[in-house]
Amino acid sequence: MKELIWLIPLLPLVGFLINGLGQKILPKSLIGIIGSGVVLVSFLISCVLFGEVRAWRDAGESGAYMHQLFDWISVGNFKLSFSFLLDPLSSLMLLIVTGIGFLIHVYSYGYMLHDEGFGKFFSYLNLFIFFMLLLVLGSNYLIMFIGWEGVGLCSYLLIGFWYKNSDYSSAAKKAFVMNRIGDLGFLIAVFAIIATFGSLEFAEVFPKAAQFPMGDAALLLITLMLFVAATGKSAQLPLFTWLPDAMAGPTPVSALIHAATMVTAGIYMIARSNILFTLSPVTMQVITVVGIATALLAAFIAITQNDIKKVLAYSTVSQLGYMFLGLGVGAFTGAFFHVLTHAFFKALLFLGAGSVIHAMSNEQDMRMMGGLKKNLPVTYITMLIGTVAIAGIPPLSGFFSKDEILAHAFFASPVFWVLGFIGALCTAFYMFRLLSMTFFGKFRGTEEQKHHLHESPWQMTFPLIVLAVLSAVGGLLNVPEALGGGHWLGEFLSPVFADTNAVATPFHLSHSTEYILMAVSTVGAVGMAIFALNKYGRLTSTNEVAEPSFLYKLSYHKFYIDELYDTLVVKPLDALSIVFYKVFDRGGIDRLVNAVGEFFVLSGRGIRQIQNGHVGFYIFMMVIGIVAIMLYGFLHV
Amino acid sequence: MDHIIQHIQGIPLNHYLIFCSIIFAIGVVGVLIRRNVIIIMMSIELMLNSVNLLLAAFSAYRGDASGQVFVFFVMALAAAEVAVGLAIVIMVYRNTKSVDLESLSKLRW
Repeated sequence: MKELIWLIPLLPLVGFLINGLGQKILPKSLIGIIGSGVVLVSFLISCVLFGEVRAWRDAGESGAYMHQLFDWISVGNFKLSFSFLLDPLSSLMLLIVTGIGFLIHVYSYGYMLHDEGFGKFFSYLNLFIFFMLLLVLGSNYLIMFIGWEGVGLCSYLLIGFWYKNSDYSSAAKKAFVMNRIGDLGFLIAVFAIIATFGSLEFAEVFPKAAQFPMGDAALLLITLMLFVAATGKSAQLPLFTWLPDAMAGPTPVSALIHAATMVTAGIYMIARSNILFTLSPVTMQVITVVGIATALLAAFIAITQNDIKKVLAYSTVSQLGYMFLGLGVGAFTGAFFHVLTHAFFKALLFLGAGSVIHAMSNEQDMRMMGGLKKNLPVTYITMLIGTVAIAGIPPLSGFFSKDEILAHAFFASPVFWVLGFIGALCTAFYMFRLLSMTFFGKFRGTEEQKHHLHESPWQMTFPLIVLAVLSAVGGLLNVPEALGGGHWLGEFLSPVFADTNAVATPFHLSHSTEYILMAVSTVGAVGMAIFALNKYGRLTSTNEVAEPSFLYKLSYHKFYIDELYDTLVVKPLDALSIVFYKVFDRGGIDRLVNAVGEFFVLSGRGIRQIQNGHVGFYIFMMVIGIVAIMLYGFLHV
Repeated sequence: MDHIIQHIQGIPLNHYLIFCSIIFAIGVVGVLIRRNVIIIMMSIELMLNSVNLLLAAFSAYRGDASGQVFVFFVMALAAAEVAVGLAIVIMVYRNTKSVDLESLSKLRW
């Protein structure tokens, strides 16, 4: 069965071609069936392959399998094959991408049914799944880079899906440009890897890298550049501002691309290259600091946002920050565990938000909502589960993954733990604020909206229920030993991180410390949840704050970071391009070209006087010419 | 035949050269200053014939017949040129009622 690995990415590509070419001809139901069906088949194959990897792992093998499709590039000593790598890490990512991808395809059928771009939407979604699978499955950095670029492209296409709205298309451009900055880092890293190791294959680079000394300069450059790439794709400081704007896309897109899969590509890439990073302590510190700063900043911004999707977007940025914190302190398993659980509950929350927006006739402002739990019972219960999960309240999944990261952060330095804990408090607060503003209290929208309130169709509620179940039980994958668990995920992934585990300081905390940490974070989260429920649960007026404080304004205006970038980057660039336009283009190149043209026009105007039509004059000139030639001949011969 | 050559050689070559140059110059000046097309063609004929005379003179002096053969070619060519030229002049006259060169100054920018 493992030989069929190439089918997994191929099927979504086929779906993309069929839906893309037939978007005007095929009926909507067929487009939906093809679009979701190919992803479902990919998911089933992924499940089988995952079973095989598990069997190998149970048999004590490393569980890695290389499937070579063809030799791609062969220049001198440099060889590159187009091949796929199946190992514990990629098999899990396959399940996330195809599994959640399938659920979101089903959801999209209900959500986008009345949109005129239905076929286009499904073809883009399929294309995205294809590129994401390439990214995950690639056995070398170049195939990963193809996927990396491809998902960026699909992200651009889907953010600007409703391209007639110019705000949406500029949000798409913003995302694309910011991702390009990161991609440049990826490219430089790829070149540096070729220069250092002479290969791009993971199977060759990592064993060679393991021989390098700690803190090697070449590794430092490579890892820093890879991290720059990750900050672009995974929306970290300073390149995170595209992600909140990316909410311009349809909600299923936000769930699939900007919460569950694409934005975790940076974490996947770093976890994949773990040995390079472990040997570069400086980069690890940079990652830790950037991660925790992003987690705190985004969580703080999320507290005051009123757009339901913006809250979730900043929450995503914040959770991604946690994952980078985990990576930075060496908790690769923990970071990946958080990727997994975050994919469940954040996809759930986005889809739930989509269901709410759908019911509210495209209203996204939470101040206009309230009291929706009566009308949207399924959405309410599933979103409640998602909220409890993300807030880190046991025994739902978010608790286990966040706890593992925080425990590792505590092991690295208690300061990181305290900062992470503050971020977790903010998380619990803004998530329960979202929940209570949306579902509790009185309905604050218009009468017409109230009249239209309805629970979404089964295509939308079914994915919600599945994801809610996964969010609830996903944490059981990796129950820490302190709670009597088997740490299954860590064991399963251990071959991927084997080189790192051989080098890094082993993680150890006494059980009592872990209990205290868990108790503190649980109590904190529950406390913040109750506080938020009390504060926003009985909201009656649409005006949330009468007298905004300084901090409130700072948070509400997103720390003015967009404005800061506008002043620091966009405006100077604008001014510079105006200078270039006026001085170099208009004043230099245009003038030069025009001068050449005018020279010939003017000289032609002068010289044409000679052609006056008088034959006598012509003959006269001819005679003069002949005389001149003869004189020349006499003088020189 | 011999006495003709002696006759020709009786006049120094320099005289032929000077005489031909004068006739050629008269032809050139005629082409340049006259405006009647027919007179211009006559001036061209004058130039051609001055060259013919010179060719014949050199031929006699050097005892080489090819110069005289060349003269025949020039004469044949001149006949053809006059035939075509006069035909053109007649057509011009029909269209413009004039054989003045200035009447042909329409071909210009």
